[in-house]
Amino acid sequence: MSGASTEAPFGERIDRALADTGLQRALGGTVGRLATARRDAFAALPEGDALRDAARAAKLGALASLDRHLEALARAVEANGGHVHWARDAAQARTIVIDIAHRAGAQTVVKSKSMATEEIALNPALEAAGLRVVETDLGEYIVQQAGEAPSHIIVPAIHKTRADVTDLFERVHGTDRKETAEALTAEARARLRQDFLGAEMGITGANFAIAATGSLVIVENEGNARLCSTLPRVHVAVMGMEKVVPDWPTVGTLLSLLARSATGQRMTSYVSVLGGPRGDDEVDGPEEFHLVLLDNGRSELLADPVLRESLACIRCGACLNACPVYGRIGGHAYGFAVPGPIGAVVAPTIQGTPDAAALPFASSLCGACRDVCPVRIDLPRMLLAQRARARRGDVSGLGRAERGLARMAARVLGSERRYRVATALLRGLTRGLSRFGPAQRLPGVAAWTGPRTLPEPAKEPFRRRWERDRG
Amino acid sequence: MAHTALFVTCLVDQFLPEVGEAAVRLLEQVGCRVAFPPEQTCCGQPLSNGGFPNEAAPLARRFIEIFEPYEAVVTPSGSCASMVHSYAAGLLASEPAWRERAAALAARTFELCSFLRARDFVPRARVEGRVAVHPPCHLLRELGQGDAPAALLARVPGIDLVSLPRAEACCGFGGSFSVQHADLSTAMADDKLAAVAECGADWVASADTGCLLHLGGRLARTGARARAVHVAELLAAPS
Repeated sequence: MSGASTEAPFGERIDRALADTGLQRALGGTVGRLATARRDAFAALPEGDALRDAARAAKLGALASLDRHLEALARAVEANGGHVHWARDAAQARTIVIDIAHRAGAQTVVKSKSMATEEIALNPALEAAGLRVVETDLGEYIVQQAGEAPSHIIVPAIHKTRADVTDLFERVHGTDRKETAEALTAEARARLRQDFLGAEMGITGANFAIAATGSLVIVENEGNARLCSTLPRVHVAVMGMEKVVPDWPTVGTLLSLLARSATGQRMTSYVSVLGGPRGDDEVDGPEEFHLVLLDNGRSELLADPVLRESLACIRCGACLNACPVYGRIGGHAYGFAVPGPIGAVVAPTIQGTPDAAALPFASSLCGACRDVCPVRIDLPRMLLAQRARARRGDVSGLGRAERGLARMAARVLGSERRYRVATALLRGLTRGLSRFGPAQRLPGVAAWTGPRTLPEPAKEPFRRRWERDRG
Repeated sequence: MAHTALFVTCLVDQFLPEVGEAAVRLLEQVGCRVAFPPEQTCCGQPLSNGGFPNEAAPLARRFIEIFEPYEAVVTPSGSCASMVHSYAAGLLASEPAWRERAAALAARTFELCSFLRARDFVPRARVEGRVAVHPPCHLLRELGQGDAPAALLARVPGIDLVSLPRAEACCGFGGSFSVQHADLSTAMADDKLAAVAECGADWVASADTGCLLHLGGRLARTGARARAVHVAELLAAPS
């Protein structure tokens, strides 16, 4: 289930979210708790700042030689007996996975939470190809049963209350109502057990891939990713190409920050290191292992000197929890697999739609995201860079009026005389018209004056007073 | 004595000139000889934030030319001060000569409260009513001086200063965000004003005019009791 396709335009989705009292209630508590947990975890970690500096340096260093690391990774994975596939875009990635599934004769696929697979809208494509897909992360299972997209990269069903899930399970399972979280979880667990045991193929993402050893690292709290990657005969991991790191020390630094930033845990319940298909002397593991490396716009981000650092993201979700906009509109409004500040930064390039281009503008640039990012991505700077790209790339003409206005403003502000004339004009206009009210209906003005009063411009601006008193 | 130039900002100039007048009084109280370069207009932030860096860059260069003759530049706006600080790595990053001049000027460009605090300003004001302080995002996160306004207000004799719950949350102004995403912006203002009501403040004081106009406008529209005021006005109030 992908959230990438959207029926209503972004502005409308925001309004809907703001009016959704159920969503506001569900978001309000959980996001705050995650943010507090993160804060407490870092308060208890005196070396936290130093670790974040080291993590940033390590990720930027890895990105500077990404091609080399990817080649080394591929060689190592293949030496371990795995297969590496290079996916230029979402369509190619989907085809690759479907081909693997068909060649493996798979009928049922069990999946763990993977934003990369959401990004490429994999599930609908697998289903269209005749496969049954079962999401096994409890939050992902819930949204899949509800026919929805995940709305948070760590807590996919954050927009749902326990009561919502009680109603949902009663409806889709046909069982009697379970009112407690424990009972609901047990019900899902019993059903998923059968799917784990019966699936021919498991699909996961990956938190990191280590170039030196060809290993994948997956962190989780439920154990479902471990089951997806070791029980079925075939394991396919889909991973954004930016997640390759050179070595174990880098992973160590990043792991010390990932869970703390995401949920406030010092470490997740399970950390799995996957080294490819089962060896002859091994008992656990798939017979076949495939790693699909996803570009899908990442090389464009890599090539941009300012946007490159957005690829340092380790997908912890801390920026979502810190963001006052995300906290108000939730994940679905973004219309992209990854919401929140980092989503708003990368979606315009990865998704490339005019709708996605609007995302960076839905920010007050408060910087709360940058404060919590474990790899210190300068997210506000990234948002500004994407705004400028959106203006430059605007060929639809919709932004032509705003560009014209900007050029006019630049001219007026570029000269003291023009500034004084223009502001005197505006002053006269608004003071006169405000008595009759039609000024309220000018575009932009109404957006302000609907919910807020606007003071009249001062009869005597500061510079006139200064001249009068000190001239 | 060298001159301290006041960068009054377009919002203060046009909408809240009394904030500019308060700033001048405060600077003189700490012994500055205040100059007002009349050619000043705008730091370029609205254009830069709107995604028009090419239109904003000439304004950055103009700002530098106008203000670099002065010993220090002080402005009653954290976001404008941080805009000036961003020129070297931002708008003017690709022009080495301008980059150097921008960095040199930024080192001498200060937001008003942080400037006064560094000069151990002791207010002579008298403030009636309970005051809560909202730290503007740029002052807090870009300049790292978010505690300066409250630190100064705490020195006002007899002031009733209360702690604002969730003080570090953005008020929702964000420049053009306030009109482009008016509903979202207003929802964030309402969250901020709920916190103001929670602590029973009569005044919500801010050090940025954008925050002020946004919160003040919402307070007036909703008929709330509290009023928004610039920190400078409280500090410069008659004793």
